[in-house]
Amino acid sequence: MNTPVPEPDLLIRAMAESLTAVLPADPIIIGIHTGGAWVARELHTQLGLKTPLGSININFYRDDFSRIGLHPQVRASEIPANIEGQNLILVDDVLQTGRTVRAALNEIFSYGRPDSVRLAVMVERDGRELPIQPDIVGTRMILEPYQHIKLSGPQQLKLVVAER
Amino acid sequence: MTGERNDIQFDAEGNLRHLLTTEGLSAETISEILDTAESFISIGERYIRKVPLLHGRTVVNLFFEPSTRTRTTFEIAAKRLSADVINLNPSRLSTSKGESILDTVRTLEAMHTDMFVVRDGSSGTAHLIARHVPSHVHIINAGDGRHAHPTQAMLDMFTIRQSKGEFRNLRVAIVGDILHSRVARSQIHALNILGTKEVRVIGPQTLLPTEIDRLGVTPVTDLDEGLADIDVIMMLRLQLERMEGQLIPSSQEYFRLYGLTAARVERAAPGAVVMHPGPMNRGLEIASAVADGDRSLILPQVTNGIAVRMSIMAKLMGGETGGTAASG
Repeated sequence: MNTPVPEPDLLIRAMAESLTAVLPADPIIIGIHTGGAWVARELHTQLGLKTPLGSININFYRDDFSRIGLHPQVRASEIPANIEGQNLILVDDVLQTGRTVRAALNEIFSYGRPDSVRLAVMVERDGRELPIQPDIVGTRMILEPYQHIKLSGPQQLKLVVAER
Repeated sequence: MTGERNDIQFDAEGNLRHLLTTEGLSAETISEILDTAESFISIGERYIRKVPLLHGRTVVNLFFEPSTRTRTTFEIAAKRLSADVINLNPSRLSTSKGESILDTVRTLEAMHTDMFVVRDGSSGTAHLIARHVPSHVHIINAGDGRHAHPTQAMLDMFTIRQSKGEFRNLRVAIVGDILHSRVARSQIHALNILGTKEVRVIGPQTLLPTEIDRLGVTPVTDLDEGLADIDVIMMLRLQLERMEGQLIPSSQEYFRLYGLTAARVERAAPGAVVMHPGPMNRGLEIASAVADGDRSLILPQVTNGIAVRMSIMAKLMGGETGGTAASG
């Protein structure tokens, strides 16, 4: 079965449009490493933001550490110096179980207490295991449980559906 | 990896379960620990200096030999990983030492301890404990007699890599009381595993173990001569408390012959750096001007010690039940 896969460029443009309508003043965009960070970078450019761009690596906050351990080359998170009282846009490429977003929120709060956090995802797919929903969505997809959707990059962004 | 399979430090799948010695580790295992430590460095600079990796786990610092610095950095490392930490300094009064240590450990194990960080004045204590604990309990050797002090060696490797990069191009000298030093033994193994170009050990004949060259190092008794072309000078503490009989001349004489002065640092390669595991005997093995000088990495060693110990704890306790990464 060949699942039609949308173009990331179009999805990011759609996300930027919906974001413009709800954008708080001086938002700080934070992308989840790695795919989310690529999308965040594009959104940051398209929205012409002057505020710093952040990235977050959730490896130290994963809930499956005791099962799988750490990935040795964990890239450190780069969170702008002070997020206390700021309005954040958290960006990821794919929202599925919600566990990554849960981990990212926990990590964000170890840097300070933002006024608000909104969630923007390029692809919202089925399979949620936690009560987490996005505010901004590029597209919604329903896939078979054995299908896995993933963003490849960073030069040419491309969505790939793999079967496992 | 095949060499690692028979090692008590590894489980059947080749995962590191205890850290008892740097001997027998692979370059990949060491590099992996150093890489992870790098990402832990930034946690010390945050608003909340904690990550939840070991939340709900219990770490017991079991120090039969007193230590402030090492015990404190282990404690901070475990707390930054959100583990609960208990510090114990039991005395070793019993005559049958082995038995009393194992009894202590079994009692603590019955309280659901996940990791023991063990220091003892006798060689082999951490190994002894590792052989007797169930597979879900992890042991870190925080120094056993003259044998090994692997976490110190790992933080030294981290500090060298941070300052000098590739080990392949480096000449390293370990200077001073090699005879009594578990730090030196662990450093020598780690440096050789990482492919260091040359490792020299420098000290008076009385403080160089016989047949030390079998460990793959060049022994030198003249410090001025030995420092030529050296990129990293690793000083050791003169362990006066372990010395029986007359191993060194007077303090003044020792400093004159083996004390690291600014003039001697100039004999080493340009840009050479100076390290010391602490605590230092200022004016005995190292001049204050060098210890506090701009070539000194002694304070970065302490800071790095926390991140490296976090990395080792996470490496030992992570991925215990197998499985693969989930997405989401």
